[in-house]
Amino acid sequence: MSENAARIRAVLKDHARLNRDAETLDDDSDLYQAGMTSHASVNVMLALEGEFDIEFPDHMLKRSVFESVGAIAAAIGELTEGR
Amino acid sequence: MGTSPHFRVGIDLVRVSAVAESLQQFGDRFLQRVFTRSEVAYAMSSPPLAASRLAARFAAKEATRKALRLDGVGWRDIEVVRQPDGACDIQLHGVARAVGGADPLALSMSHEGDHATAIVIADRNHP
Repeated sequence: MSENAARIRAVLKDHARLNRDAETLDDDSDLYQAGMTSHASVNVMLALEGEFDIEFPDHMLKRSVFESVGAIAAAIGELTEGR
Repeated sequence: MGTSPHFRVGIDLVRVSAVAESLQQFGDRFLQRVFTRSEVAYAMSSPPLAASRLAARFAAKEATRKALRLDGVGWRDIEVVRQPDGACDIQLHGVARAVGGADPLALSMSHEGDHATAIVIADRNHP
């Protein structure tokens, strides 16, 4: 998880428009409370798809999936399982 | 978000420049993932207004999500349909339609400068 978490934080740094440094986030810090808007979460989704070569199915386009580094890492783990 | 047995309301505000950035950074991936073909065609019919129109439509999709409390639904399942007279309505598709129910939806959008906004009211009184 730690390698993915670092890659996720890099994407958040570039696209989430957070009000604090993504490196200072805990794995369970609430990204929406840290300033990510719903539109910014779309940019984060698109950037994660490029970074990890995945596509989030519609049923995973949930607020809960993008609310923290840990939640994103879990979803990516699910989508890349068996690779 | 409103809480009433008769109506549900959702509102959203989007920065037009943020949508312009998405277009620049992600191009067609952003367009095709979030908007339907007809939404894109209308927005792009006037390039100088494209980002504003797309931002207003994004706000409308998010306002609809809030009004109907939708989650885990594709952005294209919530479509802004433009009528001949220029008025716009929300058309639900797929899972959004199945989950969102048949409540009539009222939509109003606006954009000015770097701001685009939309409000959606779901009428839960209908027979």
